[in-house]
Amino acid sequence: MANRDDIKFLSNPKIGQKRQKYCRFRKYGIKYIDYKDPDFLMQFVNEQGKILPRRITGNSLKYQRKVATAVKRARHLAMLPYVTDLLK
Amino acid sequence: MNQYEVTIIVDPVLSGEEIKATAQTYVDHLKNEGCTIVHVDEMGLRQLAYPINRRTSGVYFCIEFQPNGADVIPGAELALRRDERIIRFLTVKLDKYGVKYNDDKRNGLIGTVKKKKKKEDSRDNRRRDNRRSDNRSRDNKRDDRRKDEPAKKEAPAKKEPAKEPAKPAKAAAKKEEEE
Repeated sequence: MANRDDIKFLSNPKIGQKRQKYCRFRKYGIKYIDYKDPDFLMQFVNEQGKILPRRITGNSLKYQRKVATAVKRARHLAMLPYVTDLLK
Repeated sequence: MNQYEVTIIVDPVLSGEEIKATAQTYVDHLKNEGCTIVHVDEMGLRQLAYPINRRTSGVYFCIEFQPNGADVIPGAELALRRDERIIRFLTVKLDKYGVKYNDDKRNGLIGTVKKKKKKEDSRDNRRRDNRRSDNRSRDNKRDDRRKDEPAKKEAPAKKEPAKEPAKPAKAAAKKEEEE
């Protein structure tokens, strides 16, 4: 038997809510992005090795620029691929 | 004083000594040009993300230095470019944060790299923990409900048998009264 409580949870009220984005560099006070650390840079890159946009990573403009240069440097040093598939 | 770092990838086909000698030549070259070498980081053999000149791995070195006034970098880069043992190189000028970062990394001040990772890990853990705790609390709630429901079912079940003997008892009492 469906109680009143069960009926309440048939539609999840939390589904429509957006998670607040934030810039992790601002939040944790990271000032320098190392281009020699591919594991870290992997977070800002999609499965094809493309740099993720700011609207997804939530980085501030200042640090998005730094991330982009770091990723590009890492690519030059063959620490990250220029093109791939199934990177992750 | 500006600080620079040059990262070089050395051909791994060479023997171990040759690889070190190659890196050492550039350290010496920079020293001769009047640079102060801050640090030479040997990052070791790594897999390349894509093949360069049919090599799939390379030995990475990172030399940090402070040039004394004169233009040293064009000369050094020219030498690197001419060298066949060098697969690739990159020279970068470090800003004040970069210098600090490298210092921290060297001193193992939870080498900022690790710090970053730890922070993220802890954040992930926190999230996971939250999820876990949420799940736990939800589970607990569900469990409570489950517990409550059978309890309710049991409770009326108990009442019914309790009533049944009561009736016969009353009936017996009535019978006794009649008698």
